[in-house]
Formats: sequence, C-alpha cells, structure tokens
Amino acid sequence: MTQQPPSTETRRPDRAALVIAAVLAIIAAVIVYSTATARGGSATRIGPGAFPYAIAACLFVLAIWTAFEAVRGDFPEREEQQIGPIVWIVGGLAAQMLLLHIAGFAIATGLLFAATARGFGRGPLWLTIPIGIVLSFVIWVIFAKGLQLSLPAGPLERLI
Amino acid sequence: MDSFTLLANGFAVALQPLNLLYALIGVTLGTAVGVLPGIGPALTVALLLPVTYKLDPAGSLIMFAGIYYGGMYGGSTTSILLNTPGESASIVTALEGNKMARAGRGGPALATAAIGSFVAGFIATMALALIAPTIVKFALSFGPAEYFALMILAFMTVSAAFGDSTLRGLTALFLGLAMGLVGIDLQTGQARLAFGIPDLLDGIEVTTLAVALFAIGETLAVAASRTTAEEKIEPVKGSVWMSREDWSRSWKPWLRGTAIGFPIGAMPAGGAEIGTFLSYSVEKQLAKRPEEFGKGAIEGVAGPEAANNASAAGTLVPLLTLGLPTSATAAIMLAGFQQFGLQPGPLLFANNPQIVWGLIASLLVANFMLLVLNLPLVGLWVRLLSIPRHWLYAGILVFATLGTIGANPSTFELGMLLAFGVLGYVLRLFGYPIAPVVVGLILGPMAEQQLRRALAISQGDPTVLVHSPIAVILLLLAVCAVVVPLIMRARGKGKVLSALAANED
Repeated sequence: MTQQPPSTETRRPDRAALVIAAVLAIIAAVIVYSTATARGGSATRIGPGAFPYAIAACLFVLAIWTAFEAVRGDFPEREEQQIGPIVWIVGGLAAQMLLLHIAGFAIATGLLFAATARGFGRGPLWLTIPIGIVLSFVIWVIFAKGLQLSLPAGPLERLI
Repeated sequence: MDSFTLLANGFAVALQPLNLLYALIGVTLGTAVGVLPGIGPALTVALLLPVTYKLDPAGSLIMFAGIYYGGMYGGSTTSILLNTPGESASIVTALEGNKMARAGRGGPALATAAIGSFVAGFIATMALALIAPTIVKFALSFGPAEYFALMILAFMTVSAAFGDSTLRGLTALFLGLAMGLVGIDLQTGQARLAFGIPDLLDGIEVTTLAVALFAIGETLAVAASRTTAEEKIEPVKGSVWMSREDWSRSWKPWLRGTAIGFPIGAMPAGGAEIGTFLSYSVEKQLAKRPEEFGKGAIEGVAGPEAANNASAAGTLVPLLTLGLPTSATAAIMLAGFQQFGLQPGPLLFANNPQIVWGLIASLLVANFMLLVLNLPLVGLWVRLLSIPRHWLYAGILVFATLGTIGANPSTFELGMLLAFGVLGYVLRLFGYPIAPVVVGLILGPMAEQQLRRALAISQGDPTVLVHSPIAVILLLLAVCAVVVPLIMRARGKGKVLSALAANED
C-alpha cells in the first residue's frame, strides 16, 4: 500500500529505519534477558530456553541487516503522514479502554466511534458522540442480551 | 471408505436444517463484510470469530466456512465496482473488472466473477475431497522431524519467497515468532516473557493480533494517508446476465484459473494472490484479442477470480490434512478450530470424520448458496459500498473492539489491541508484510513443540532432523525459498516477486 518503487537519486541514511533496527535489537535483548533470568522447569534435554535464544539470535541478525539497509537507503519511500487523525483514533481507542469498566460498553464505545469519525475529518462531536452511543447501545442489546456475550454494563445499560 | 462415501456422510451432516441455517448466516455475513472496502477475507474471519463462540463445533465451523467463501465472493464485487487497490487478492480483478464497469459492462463482470467463483469453488472443493485422504495417509507416517521441516518450509515461503524484500518478510515472521514465545511453556510449565503479568500467561491471542493488525492498522493507515483518492462507485447498468459471447469467452479462463489456483493454494506457499497474477498473465497471452486487456477484457476477470477461489479451497488442503496454515486467513481459521479443542491434521480425519467431511460438504453447499445470493441480489450488496468512509471505519473499529471485549472483557486485552494496532500501522508504513506475523504467532509454538519432541525421541541428537529423505527435501526447499529470491532480486528481477507479493490473505 505504501510501497513505491525506490527512486534512483542518491539516498541518505534512513533514520526511521535505523530506529526499527534498534527496536529489533532491543526486543532480542529483552528475550535473552527474560529467558536467562527465568527459573525452573528445564528438566528436559532441550529446555524452554533454547527456542527463545534462537529467535533472539535471528532477531539480532535481522536488526544488523535492517541497519545496513537503512544506511544504504534501501527502504521504500514513504508517503507523508498526517498526525492529527492518528491522535484522534488512538485517543478514541485509549478512551474506550479506560472508560469501559467505569462508563459501560455503550458510552465508551460511542466515544471511540465519534473519535474515529473525527479522525476522518467528520464532526461535530456533539452530534457524533450521541450517534455513537445510541449505535453502541443497540449493539450491546443485540450481543449481550441476544448472543450472551459478556460486555461490561454501565449506567446506561443498567436502565434496562 | 472412498472419498465419495465419506463426502456423502458429510452431506448428511451439512444438510441438517440447523447446519444449513448456519451456512446461510455465514455466507450472508461473509459477503456483507467482504463487500465493504478495506476488509479482506482474513479480517472478515477474524472479526466474526467471536460470533461463533457459543455454537457447537460442527455448526460453528460450517458458519466459518461460509464466512470464508463469502468473503472471497464479496471482495470481487468491491474490486469491480469500486477500484480499491490494497486488497491483494482482488488487485487483478480490479484491473479489468473496474474498466468493464466504467464501460457500462459491470453486470457481466460481476456475473463472470460470481459464476467463475462458483465453478472454481466447486471443482477445487471436489479436488480437496479427493486428495485429502491420500495426503492424510501419507501424513500419518510423518514424525516430529518431518513436521518441523514442513513448518520451516511454510515459514520461509510465507515470509521470504514473495513480496519485495526478504529482510522485511523475515523480520515480520520473527516478530510473530517472538510473540509466540509469550506465555506458559507447554512442556515444562515455565512462564516465558510474561514479565509477571497474569494476563500474558495464556499467551497472545491470534484473533486479538489479527484484528489489531488488519482492522486498526488499516484504519490508521487510511486515516493518516494524505492522498485521499476519489472513490467512485460504478453503477451497474443494464442486465447482470452474460451474453452468449461472454459465456464463450469466460468458460475456458474459469477452468484454467482453477487449474492454476488450486495447486498454488495447496502448496505451503501461501496467498491467493499468486494464482491470480499467474492466471491474468496466462489469459493475456492466450487471448484472441490481447489489445482489449487493460480496457476491460472479460477473460481478465474470469480467470483470476476463478484462480482466487480455487486457491482459497487449495489453502484448506494443508490446513485440514496437516494442520499447517499457509496464509493469514488460514491461521485465523486454525485459531477457530483450536477454540473448540480441535487440532486439524491427519488425526482429525480419523477421530472426527463427521466434522471434517461435514465441513467439506458444507463448503459445496455454501458455494451454491453464494451463487444464488450474489447474482440476483447483487444490487443489495452494492448499496453497502455507498457507506461513507468515516462511518465505515468508525463501525469497523466498534466491531473490532466488540470482538475483543466479547472474548475477554479486560482493559489489558484492549491495551494489547491498541498496541498491536499501532504496530500494524508502522508495519504498513514501512512496507512490511502482515501475514507472516500472524502465521509466525500461531505456527511458532507448534514448530517448537515438534522440534523438542523430535529431539526428545533422539535423546538430544540434532541429526534426527535430517534422517528421513522427506525432511531433507523439505528443508532444502525451505533454503531455496530464501536463497533463490535473494539472487533474483540481486539480479534485478525483484519486480516479478513483488508483483506476486502475498500481502493480506
């Protein structure tokens, strides 16, 4: 989707790709640390540690390879990204996560709905939040009452 | 018993009224969700998995199969009427199909896609029924070493062989494998990478990861993209029925597409896309009027659509007979089996024949239902396309979180969903493939089990892995799957491979 053919002009080292290489190396280090400090349970000949070490080693090699490609500028060019929509949608998901057990499914999910629509440039929130809450409430009734899915209830859900 | 007796028994299961109802619900839901732009079969299946939690195993898997086939049908409608790239299995259909729709021939394009899908689905499902018992017989002789080699081969073909970068494919795979480590080690009971968090002891849920990567990652990527492409829905004008000429130009591509798609799907190579691209280029070369290609040639819709559905059925061959998922969709289906404590593979055929054969028979039933559902009712599905994007994606996120909350209403699970969603966005941004992450997560722990079992039998002697000729051949193929593409890219032939990229399904 964001892949584009690499351009022919000379490339500078790709800083973002270098960050990816660093993250991969950190993941490898975390796996090694966590496996080395884990205790117990290695009664079998090839214990629970072997596979994590192997994966960590491969991740480390991939981190070096990524750094190498980053310096050479081999990564595909990226489209310029808008930050605003990301903040709205991630914020909506975070709000739903935090409010779910306090405000119940309908209100928390209604906020997610409105924030996502806002991320796509649609408002106003005073209109989309009520729409989202009504929609989520209907979904709650169908899935929690009809299909017996355990969806957290809040003040709105306790009304029925 | 031969395949036909077993299949007849399967029909006895599939044709029970309740199971017919499940199949109908499955194909309807699958088509509806599949039609929505931006949602491929993998996400369709992942989103609808929670709906099947409360059903019995047979009914649930039958509904599942309906969702899977329905998602494949629905995708073709989207790509013909709405030129939506990004869904890899339907890129080729969009090439010619959208041109046909613009020229006012949307009806015949939809018809040849639907009938081609039916023909291909029917032949490929029959082929599945015919060859499955043979593979099962063969697979019963497999030991842990052979399974391990088979999984290594699947890892390499899914991640490294296709796509535009070996590095990024392998990185995606190993991210999935690292996630697969999280949780309690099945053999020794030791907690790994759980960092003392109780929620992590059960490991990372495949459905949480898949929904996050596909639904949330895709939503973020679409929202953040500055290029808001003008999406125009082509109205279906005139009759949806094909003329005599359309029929005579379509039937050979259907059969050729099926012949290309099924083996590719059945091999542990992953992705329905590869078959569609091959079919397209074959049709282009065999066409009587190749100059029509690029302007709306019906062969270019008929062949790839048939290949698409045939390889979807082909993917079920390794999944059902060996328990080996070779695509993201198959990985999620495997998770669907596991939620009922069923492990696909040769033993499933021996222990639960009524479920396996009921499932295969219900695929044929679902295929027939889809033909009826898609041809006369196509106008109804088209209306779904006119949902504005902001409502659509807001709705997708509501349902994505609904599935996760329904499975496990914990704040921590939603936090993982959010984190993986952001990961999915970053992966897309930097051109990493998504499918290897999902396949790595589900197949990694299985590969580890087989490896440790093999080494336990041999008392720690690693040469056990190369004792049988089958294992050696499989491992050599796996090496080739990594090395050959590297050489091809170095020699400037990488374009062919990136054209064959297995991105989403």
